[in-house]
Amino acid sequence: MLPAPAPVINSTTAEFWKATTEGRFILQRCNGCDIVLWFPRRNCPKCWTEDVSSFDAQQSGTIYSFTVVRKGKGAFQDAGPFVIAYVELADGPRIMTNIVDCDLDALHIGMPVEMVFHDTGEGSALYRFRPASR
Amino acid sequence: MTIRGAAYVAGIYEHPRREIPDRTLFEIHTEVALGALADAGLAMSDIDAVFCDGTAGFGPMSLVEHFGLSPSYFDSTETGGSSYLAHVGHAAAAIAAGKCSVALITLAGKPRTGRSVVAYAQSPEAGFESGWGVSGAPHTYALAAQRHMYEFGTTSAQLAEIKVAASIHAQYNPNAFLPYAVTVEDVLNSPLVADPLHRLDCCVVTDGGGALIVVSPEVARSLNRTSAKILGHGEAIKHTDNGGIDLTYTGAVWSGPRAFAEAGVSVADIKYASIYDSFTITVLQTIEDLGFCEKGQGGKFVMDGGLVAPFGKLPFNTDGGGLCNNHPSNRGGITKVIEAVRQMRGEAHPSVQVPNCQVSLAHGTGGSLGSKHGSVTLILGQEDA
Repeated sequence: MLPAPAPVINSTTAEFWKATTEGRFILQRCNGCDIVLWFPRRNCPKCWTEDVSSFDAQQSGTIYSFTVVRKGKGAFQDAGPFVIAYVELADGPRIMTNIVDCDLDALHIGMPVEMVFHDTGEGSALYRFRPASR
Repeated sequence: MTIRGAAYVAGIYEHPRREIPDRTLFEIHTEVALGALADAGLAMSDIDAVFCDGTAGFGPMSLVEHFGLSPSYFDSTETGGSSYLAHVGHAAAAIAAGKCSVALITLAGKPRTGRSVVAYAQSPEAGFESGWGVSGAPHTYALAAQRHMYEFGTTSAQLAEIKVAASIHAQYNPNAFLPYAVTVEDVLNSPLVADPLHRLDCCVVTDGGGALIVVSPEVARSLNRTSAKILGHGEAIKHTDNGGIDLTYTGAVWSGPRAFAEAGVSVADIKYASIYDSFTITVLQTIEDLGFCEKGQGGKFVMDGGLVAPFGKLPFNTDGGGLCNNHPSNRGGITKVIEAVRQMRGEAHPSVQVPNCQVSLAHGTGGSLGSKHGSVTLILGQEDA
């Protein structure tokens, strides 16, 4: 499995990362201007209200762009070639992530993908994607 | 008020070395500062403003203490490799406002023989960008290249043409890290770092530094050395925009028009351009965004020697650029201004000097096209422009 280094967590992002350990992916919606937020914030970055609420997002999307990193560093030093990508979520935001369990030569922009969670062992799980099963 | 004609670049200095194990970071700052002052015909005691990035100790305080100066104005704007172009614009504005008259801008770094400074881990986005194995700039720039190829049909061979043009120029620069010409095949046959970027799509990693002296019109007139007139400046930050990132364009779409409007010139007036070249894709997207060609047509624009000096459509990076010459401290902004000033003075290498070079452009891109970056555009004219 691709290494899963623990992310930096702060008071704003604690709820988000706790949910990942339960297999849930939380997004926020601004109740003022009805947009979906990415990444977790106290204030909407468009209207700056604190009136934002969380919801369980769809765990699917399509590849917006990707690259095959030939050799990583640090935790990824011995990972072999791996994929960094932006996935456009079904709920809208384009988020940086990894694509795993895939044929590197078959990857393409627009490919449907589904979310998987990789436990970091430190109270969080990384949200990654694999080619959609159907 | 605009800065058009309110300030001049009077002194430049590029550190000649590409590995500097025997000097500290701050010693390199001193070396390049003295070099640029000597070029301008000024002394350390003339400086009344100091500009630096965010890697020089505790901001301008450490640097000013080290220099032994008491400036009336300082600025440590940190936008990665584009910082130094922002410093030029900010220095010109401060001079226009009467805050100072001789501004020193320095860059120093030792990524080959020391440590690079990164203070990114505490930023709010860090947890959402850092867990995916991103361990170098190529990884996120590659995302921009891949998407540009998908939307516009740009090819790896077209990106390679940008490296080839820079390498043709680098062979005239004895200080260049890679002082020889390469071919499209050389680029395509170099190892993939992060698809679609090959090793030769990437800039060099060098120790070194550079400095600029920006002065008031009165000071410029008093000097024997030819200055470059600052005609316009524009800056912008492009970021991920709440999950709405579009990887096919850069902040140059905003910084460029701001600089052109202030300078009162158009792309047709630009005879030479220093275009930030951390990667070949950085150049391709930037020339589109500055308006040298239509969006998506950058690949065609760079073919057939379009960027090769002195007679290409847009002679660029005649020192060999970051791709071949120098990218001190993993930041190429200061050398972009330095080579543009050489062109305005007619002091580029004769083989790559653009004839009748009256107006030039220098553009910096700091950070990543794949997430967030600072874009800064400067337009320079000859001293009597």
